[in-house]
Formats: sequence, C-alpha cells, structure tokens
Amino acid sequence: MALDQDVGRAVESSGATLGFSFGAPVLTVEPASIVAVLGFLRDDPGQAYDMLVDVTAVDRLASDGCIEMVYQLCSLARGSRLTVKTRLAGEEPALPSASGLWKAANWGEREVYDMFGVRFEGHPDLRRILMYEEFEGSPLLKSYPVDRRQPLVPERDPVLDPWPSKDGL
Amino acid sequence: MNPGGEVMELQMGPSHPAAHGTIKFNLTLDGETITGCDTEIGYLHRGFEKMCEQGTWTQCIPYCDRLNYASPLINDFIFTEAVERMLGVEVPERCSHIRVMLSEVSRITDHLTCLGMAATELGAATAGFYMVEARETLFNLINRLTGARVTVSYSRIGGLAADLPEDFGEMVTDALAKVRPRVGDSERLLDRNRIFLDRMAGVGGISAADAVSYGLTGPLLRATGIRRDLRKDEPYMGYDRFDFKVPVGSKGDNFDRFSVRMEEIGESLAIIEQCVAGMPPGTVSISDPKVMLPDKDEVHGSIEGLMSHFKLVIEGTRVPAGEIYFAGEAANGELGFYLVSDGSGRPYRVRVRPPCFYGMAALAEMIKGHMVSDLVAVFGMINMIGGECDR
Repeated sequence: MALDQDVGRAVESSGATLGFSFGAPVLTVEPASIVAVLGFLRDDPGQAYDMLVDVTAVDRLASDGCIEMVYQLCSLARGSRLTVKTRLAGEEPALPSASGLWKAANWGEREVYDMFGVRFEGHPDLRRILMYEEFEGSPLLKSYPVDRRQPLVPERDPVLDPWPSKDGL
Repeated sequence: MNPGGEVMELQMGPSHPAAHGTIKFNLTLDGETITGCDTEIGYLHRGFEKMCEQGTWTQCIPYCDRLNYASPLINDFIFTEAVERMLGVEVPERCSHIRVMLSEVSRITDHLTCLGMAATELGAATAGFYMVEARETLFNLINRLTGARVTVSYSRIGGLAADLPEDFGEMVTDALAKVRPRVGDSERLLDRNRIFLDRMAGVGGISAADAVSYGLTGPLLRATGIRRDLRKDEPYMGYDRFDFKVPVGSKGDNFDRFSVRMEEIGESLAIIEQCVAGMPPGTVSISDPKVMLPDKDEVHGSIEGLMSHFKLVIEGTRVPAGEIYFAGEAANGELGFYLVSDGSGRPYRVRVRPPCFYGMAALAEMIKGHMVSDLVAVFGMINMIGGECDR
C-alpha cells in the first residue's frame, strides 16, 4: 500500500488508527488533532496529499452515538488516495475547520454544516449552502423524517384546493 | 481600486436568461468590474442522498440518471461500478466494453451541451445549433441502443439491463459519420472567431496551485496544465485497453477549457471506434442470483428463479458491510461515490462527490477583477449542471 509507515509513526501519538475497507486505507483520528493530521498529510513530502477531494459525514448516532466526519484525500503526484475519519460525539458536534489548508473545504464543510449540523470552528463563512436559511433541522440526519416538508411558500393541494376558474365554477 | 468608494451590489439570478441553470450570483461591483461574488446554489436540491437511503441499491440507479442529465449514463456506470467493487463482482468483458462506449458517447453529449450553450450565450448561435444537432444525433443513438434518451437507467449492479441491438455497429458508425463534420464545423466557427476569442482567452483563469486547492478536476484542472484523468491514472471499466490521449491546456483560462473539451470530443470519438471494432461476444450480465435478476423464463418456470426475483426486488442485493470511495472520470471531472453499507439490501449512506460543486466554489476566484459580461462565459465553461451540483 502506498501509505507510508511514517503516517503511523507521526499520528500514533494523537491516537490515530489505520484500517482498511475494501482494500482502501482509512485513517481514524481524534477530532482535536484533525487539522494537525490533515496538515501533516498535505505538507509532508512523503505523503503529499495535495487535494482534498471531498468532505462529508455519516450519521452513526443510533448505533455508535457519533457523527463520523469523512475526508477524502488524494495525492496527484503519488497517485494515491486516503480516507481520513474522525468521530464526533455529543449533542452539538463541532470540530476545527480545514478551510485554512484547502480552499475546497470551504464549501465542503458548509454542506456538512447544512446537512448534519456540524459546526466548524474557524470557518470563514459557515452558512447553509443547499438549503435556505429559514430551513430548520439537519436533513441528512437519520432522525429527520424523509417526508417532512418545510416550504417557504405555502403548498397548495391542486385537488382539494383548486384555483377558482374564470367563470367562478 | 475603487476611488469613488461606491460599491454596487447586483443580484443576478436565480433565473437569469444568460445563465443556463437556476443559480444566483450576489455580485459586488466597482463600475462594471466584479470585486466579489457570492454564489448561491441549491435551487435544484431534491434530497438525492436522502432518497437513496430509502430504497434498495438498485433503486438508486434512476436517481443517478438525474444527477448530470447531460451525460446520465456515466453516472449510472460509476455508481454500479462502485457497488460491484463492494460486492467483489466482476462484470463480463462485453459489459465493460459497452459501458466504455456509452460513457464516451455521453462524454461527447456533455461537452457538446457545455460548449454549445456557452457559444450561444456569447452570440455564436450557429455553432451552438450545430452542436445541438450533433448532440441530438447522439441522443437518438442512445435512445436506439438503450431505450431512452436521458432517463436511461441502463446499468445494473452486475451488468446491464439489456444487450445492444444486433446492428449496433452500423448505428454507431452512422451516427459518428454525422457528428464528426458537425463538430468540425462548429470548432472552425469558434476557434479563430475574433469575438469568441476576445470573450474566452485570458478570461476566468485560475492557477494550477489554486485549482488543486479548490479540488477542481476534469477539464477545469486539465486546462491549467495538470495531466490528470482517472481513465488513465486509476483505470476502471477496462479503460487501459483503449488508446487515447489526455489533452491539457497551459493557462487555465476559458479558452483552454474550451480547447480541452474540443480535443476530448475527438479522443472520445476514437475510443468509440475502438469499442465498435473490438466488441467482444458473450453475455452482458453476471448470472449470480444474489446480484442480478434471473431471466424471465426462470422466474416463470422455476421456484428458485421466482424466489430470487422476489428476494432481489423486495430486499435488494445484500452488499457486505463497509465503506468505499470510488471515483470515475465523468465529463465534468471526478464523479465520486462514497457508499456505506450496513450489510443489508439498502444503502446506509450514499454520498456523491459532484465535480461541478467544487467548480462552482472556485467561480468567485475565477471571476474576480473581470467584467459582469465575463461571468456568462466563465459560468458556461464551468458547466454547472444543477442536477449534479445541488443534488
């Protein structure tokens, strides 16, 4: 595997563990050290993960009581990929923002905030991105009902409440 | 920079005639020069990721059609390929050949949509109509090969919905013979066109370092000179069996994005020809009853066939627990699926990594210091597809 043993050594002290899922490396780190680990992975010449491909989260509140943050990294020069995960416990999940490391993190983290309610400390512009600001709740949490509707303009049932026709019929 | 101290705020959109797609730009202007741009997306958000969690893995495929609707087949193929990797399933060679061929047809329709729209918005309507005509030829081809123009749902986990018609080779060759001259005509109408060049060259540029930092992929990244194409760098679906080049630009501006896409159309045409010439015989789907629906004869004629049909439809294909990130080279760049399975027949989480989402994030950087009218050209070259960006 392309992942250097240095990763293990450098992040061991911060309680990171390296696992594999379907053959791809997955590094799990503590939330407090996420920016330090991501910064090391980006800047260390042996790692050189220069692109943050994606930021997302997985709701594992029901099974593990946590929200899992998932960062997909890619090294263009070395042609290797790495998934970095961290588990956020508690009612109001928060962790430091990676927007100082990659510009892609700005919108990526905004979407996670929008969809999962995770707060990113130090994010320059933490607003909803896909939903409108009046929207309440975090739609991608499993606790958010799939059929709940929050229309900005009241919805009208065309059968029960048809528009009056011109002749008033 | 702004001696008068007066700043004008202009809201462009959400439904602006010069921007194809529902999107709002909150511009800060100094005269006609853009000093800041806050891009509001999400108008086409329909909860793709939430919807995918509600059904079986197979039921995600029609939703995938509606991500990038200019090249729906590519989305389907990359999604099913990701699930197949979790299952450890290898599809027959004929299947991956067909997937490659139709991906490349879709890549051309996507590029023609992007370039045709951009040309029309910049006043080059003739080139735009030529490209739409060529695209129409290809959509008709896809219709005849798969049964639908856009909402194809042609891919399946473990294969394809159906084999190609017997005379597919002639159909493809005929279509390419019509498309080639139209593409050539439109390129000649544009690449030395003074007005078009003035609007494209030197506008909306971004440095290679910024492009990497913003997570740009596909033609946007290749226009900056970085030769990155997942079909070459991380070959999937057997792309390494085909001979093609990866065109790159040098300045990373609008014109380089245009040229990269134009050249990619030529490379895709070459790949399609190789596919037609070397199409292997055989079946297009695996016959594992735990993954693929059995033949209708078996469903109607045997108890095992009936059982596996019902189990697959009601419970879905059981995917081993775990997570995978699989990405392929869509027309707009890296289209990735991060899939989480809990071992059941329904996805626990489906995350799409849409290429144009990160492209739109970089728009503010690309447009800074340019004129309001340049926004139309830059936006056109990012090729934001609402279905994919807003999901």
